Amino acid sequence: MPLLEVEGLKAHYGETQALHGVSFALEAGGITTLLGANGAGKTTTLRAICGMVPTTGAVRLDGKPIAGRPTEEIVRLGVGHVPEGRGTFTTLTVEENLRVAAYTRRERAAAQRDLDMVFEYFPILKARLDQQAGTLSGGEQQMLAISRALMLGPRLMLLDEPSFGLAPLIVQEIFRIMRRINAEAKVSMLLVEQNAALALDLADHAYVLETGRIVMSGKAAEIKSDAGVRKSYLGY
Amino acid sequence: MEQLIQQVGSGLANGAIYASLALALVMIFVSTNHINFAQGEMAMFSAYLAWQFLQWGVNFWIALPLVMVLSFAIGVAIERTVLRPLHSAPVLSVVVVFIGLLTIFHALAGGIWTHTIKAFPSPFPQVAFPGSGYIGPHQLGMIAVTVVVLLALFAFFRFTPLGLAMRAAAENPASARLAGISVDWMLALGWGLAAAVGAVAGAMVAPAVYLEPNMMASILLYGFAGALVGGISSPGGAVAGGFIVGVLENLIAYLGNVVERATGVYIVGNGEKLTVALIIVIAVLTLKPSGLFGRVTVQRV
Repeated sequence: MPLLEVEGLKAHYGETQALHGVSFALEAGGITTLLGANGAGKTTTLRAICGMVPTTGAVRLDGKPIAGRPTEEIVRLGVGHVPEGRGTFTTLTVEENLRVAAYTRRERAAAQRDLDMVFEYFPILKARLDQQAGTLSGGEQQMLAISRALMLGPRLMLLDEPSFGLAPLIVQEIFRIMRRINAEAKVSMLLVEQNAALALDLADHAYVLETGRIVMSGKAAEIKSDAGVRKSYLGY
Repeated sequence: MEQLIQQVGSGLANGAIYASLALALVMIFVSTNHINFAQGEMAMFSAYLAWQFLQWGVNFWIALPLVMVLSFAIGVAIERTVLRPLHSAPVLSVVVVFIGLLTIFHALAGGIWTHTIKAFPSPFPQVAFPGSGYIGPHQLGMIAVTVVVLLALFAFFRFTPLGLAMRAAAENPASARLAGISVDWMLALGWGLAAAVGAVAGAMVAPAVYLEPNMMASILLYGFAGALVGGISSPGGAVAGGFIVGVLENLIAYLGNVVERATGVYIVGNGEKLTVALIIVIAVLTLKPSGLFGRVTVQRV
């Protein structure tokens, strides 16, 4: 059974329909990427999975329907969403940012273990613990956002353009750690990216969205090597 | 000199009440951007509840926590039933609802307990203590109780996971939801806490101003002044602002009296205290719109 199944997902922003029946599935353990141009509906798809926009259609996590549930409930089922714009609590300290995410965890010991894990992946955050999170650099805030999602102890992580606005070196580092998190912490990932080359390097499966519809899917390696697809949909 | 210290003392005592109300206002403001105009009438209603318990022979120090719990429940219930449906309503609708709540509590109190002014016994023993020439026992008790409540509240927000969750929900609701926090419940909790703090203010000020449905009207204005002076977005600032307004209004009136005695010219006196408080508000907002302690968030762009 796929970890996440999306079927006929539709979403509107007022009069504008952003998703026209998106369907895809994601196997546990892997990294799947959702590619597409600006406005294709990538962010909306992630937000729809988390119940952040009103939608119709089915979303199933481990076969159980989750569409229509409040965001916080879906999150507690093990879906860590690293939102567009990073969602930093700017007036809270770095430590408080991390603790907030562990708020709903029952097992304190597991939360402490995850905190240690976060520090191992992103040692810079440990050095910044008492700093107001709004003073962190963009890259550090992205690391903090991923760490907050990790503190939920997720099975699935939704990542919305983690490379956005960051220097290439920082992006490389963050993507390297994402790969480690996927392999070591056994967190499946759904990655939304505009930088298709980067995403296809990391992912093992890819879907291409165009104006609210899935127009192509396949193994990341195959899509990457298909010059025609790259030209028509990914722009490189 | 003695008079001056007395004025500062009673200013601090009034300031404690203003600070409590200011904090109650700010607690709701930071998470919803609304000013609860009914906060004062809710506190007045809580004071009546405390009076009722006293009439039934309950000890004040048992009645006070009881009333705080009751007020908390009322606050939560109001948020869940009256304000929940208005979460995405325009500001004016919410303002009208607040004014409706104000009238409802006013009428309820008058209906249940009549509009006749009632005496509210002070819970503090009327005995001499070191410094009692400068400050009355009730004033001192008022300061002590409100300071304890305010400190407890700060400890709650600063050191408990629930307090942290409430701060997170107030700062960034979307991110808080993504951290698994039920933001709607945090709002309701905030209303409950604000109502409980208001209850303390009501029960503490009632012996000084007597119990009647209008007792909180001008006190809420002072609370509002305190919140604005300290910075409407800063809970700590609101508390400081409350104390500042309490002391300043007394000092300026005192200064006016001194000038009048010396020169015979009347400029300002006890009658202009509220005017003075409001002038302070205007001055602060003109010179420093975020308030004296309003947080300027550091953010890298």
